[in-house]
Amino acid sequence: MEQVTDAGQGAGARPGRYDVRGLADPDATAPKTSVISGSTAELDAADLSTRQVNLELRRLLYTEGVTEVTVLNPKARHSIAAGLLVRGRIRIAGSLGYFGCGLIDGPEIHITGRVGWSAAENMMSGVVVVDKNAGSLTGAALRGGDLVVRGDVGARTGIDQKGGTIIVGGNAGSMTGFMLQRGRQIICGDVGHGLGDSMYDGAIYVGGQVASLGVDCVEAELTAADHELIDRKFRIYQLGQPGPFRKFVCGRKLWNYDSLEPSERKLVL
Amino acid sequence: MCGIAGIIYRQRGDSQHGGPIGADLARMLQAMKHRGPDSTGYAVYGEPSDLLVMRFTLADPNDPRDFSFSERLARNVREVEARLAKIGAAIDRVEGESEYAYRATFRYDGELKPLADYIEDVPGAEVLSLGRSLEIVKDLGDASGVARQYRLDEFAGTHGIGHVRMATESDVDIANAHPYWAYPFSDVAVVHNGQLTNYHYWRRRLERQGHRFQSECDSEIIAVYLAQSMADGMSLETAMKQSLHDLDGVFTYLVVTESALGMAKDEMAAKPLVLYQGEDLVALASEEGAIRAVVDREIDTCDPYEGEVMVWSR
Repeated sequence: MEQVTDAGQGAGARPGRYDVRGLADPDATAPKTSVISGSTAELDAADLSTRQVNLELRRLLYTEGVTEVTVLNPKARHSIAAGLLVRGRIRIAGSLGYFGCGLIDGPEIHITGRVGWSAAENMMSGVVVVDKNAGSLTGAALRGGDLVVRGDVGARTGIDQKGGTIIVGGNAGSMTGFMLQRGRQIICGDVGHGLGDSMYDGAIYVGGQVASLGVDCVEAELTAADHELIDRKFRIYQLGQPGPFRKFVCGRKLWNYDSLEPSERKLVL
Repeated sequence: MCGIAGIIYRQRGDSQHGGPIGADLARMLQAMKHRGPDSTGYAVYGEPSDLLVMRFTLADPNDPRDFSFSERLARNVREVEARLAKIGAAIDRVEGESEYAYRATFRYDGELKPLADYIEDVPGAEVLSLGRSLEIVKDLGDASGVARQYRLDEFAGTHGIGHVRMATESDVDIANAHPYWAYPFSDVAVVHNGQLTNYHYWRRRLERQGHRFQSECDSEIIAVYLAQSMADGMSLETAMKQSLHDLDGVFTYLVVTESALGMAKDEMAAKPLVLYQGEDLVALASEEGAIRAVVDREIDTCDPYEGEVMVWSR
């Protein structure tokens, strides 16, 4: 393939090939190393590159008719299981790096380890369940589906979230729900400073302490529908009996400017 | 972007248990090469001795190799040796570590600042580190290359930090590569991922206290700031907590002293750090993949929160 260069020389160079844009392994193909039995398959990622893992996942789910895949040895690599637009169950036995399960539409993914920053960012639909902790920007720009983290999450969870539900079993960092536009967040533990800063709409339910509220975030009364939602999600993901929650919504003060432009002021006065 | 990493081996009983710190850090940093391919640096702690160890360079890899280059280096090494002797240091040995980098061990009981100033006065000389056990190695290139060049695979020690640099604010040369030694304080070094926005304020303030800086890099003030605070009587942890108020910008930094490794993250939590606390060692890195380069099994890790300060001591 033209324009493809081997990256660097010597033992220290990163393996693989890159095209002029820096895209890794532009001519990679699915390695076809998975063990398929009926509609289930086992994919050992130990000796595969990130791109090979994703190509193999695509092959199994799109063309081999597999509906349940177990990925072994993900080794905390970035961008695993990204961009899958098909239904199916994936179990990832281990931890992921940054941007894991991003841009997906449909699959149900269970990660038994931890995920790095920006997990399930821009998910359209589906379910992602993380058994351990998650980094910052978890569920950034989430559009739909459920994202469940049983451990703690970092800062800016659900930044720019536009739909779907984020459920956190532990604590969350600062600026949780920053610029939240739609959707819900259920945080069972404590949250850091600036909760719901500049949120437009949607709701954040917090079970623990709130360090401080962000700009234009206010507390609201829980309705019967809110309790029904929390109970239902707890039941689905087997999170036990929900304790008391507080609800935080947009104060709508930032929806409109409260002062006029100088030129407008002249007209009014 | 930059990548930072740190390891401290846990002590077992009374033994001064160490490990292959050079090789481990090299593996961690190489796993983060994509975060910064420009230069790589290591600050590692070997067994403390009653000798002082000084790492210094007499030229930069970017310097043009004119006809008198090697002759000049040889002359300047002799000058460094002469100056060490003149200021009262009993030289143990002076070894060349690469074409332009050297390692000197000597016995010396006086103040470190006059000694470091006197050595840096030699043309082209830059003192990278000075202490009882701290040794800083930094050069252009990736982690494996630098480790090979300076034979770090053989370096055994107790703890250390490292940095892969993607230059954004200053030149690609040794002077602007991390880690930074807290000139002229013995055995303190810092690596940093982020940008400080009140760099000039702190630089002027520390310069008025008599400090000098080796580079234009904002990270250098963190090292000097912390070491000065500790010299003023603060504990490492208190100094780091105070730094969260005094330093402005986005930062995650790691600091090492003779007996401790610490991390601090600013209030914005905009720079990543993953923490693994195992039975044998504590490892921190910008990406979990780097930790997995030394602990190759499924492990429990977490992200320290904003405004968090943690210290592990030996």
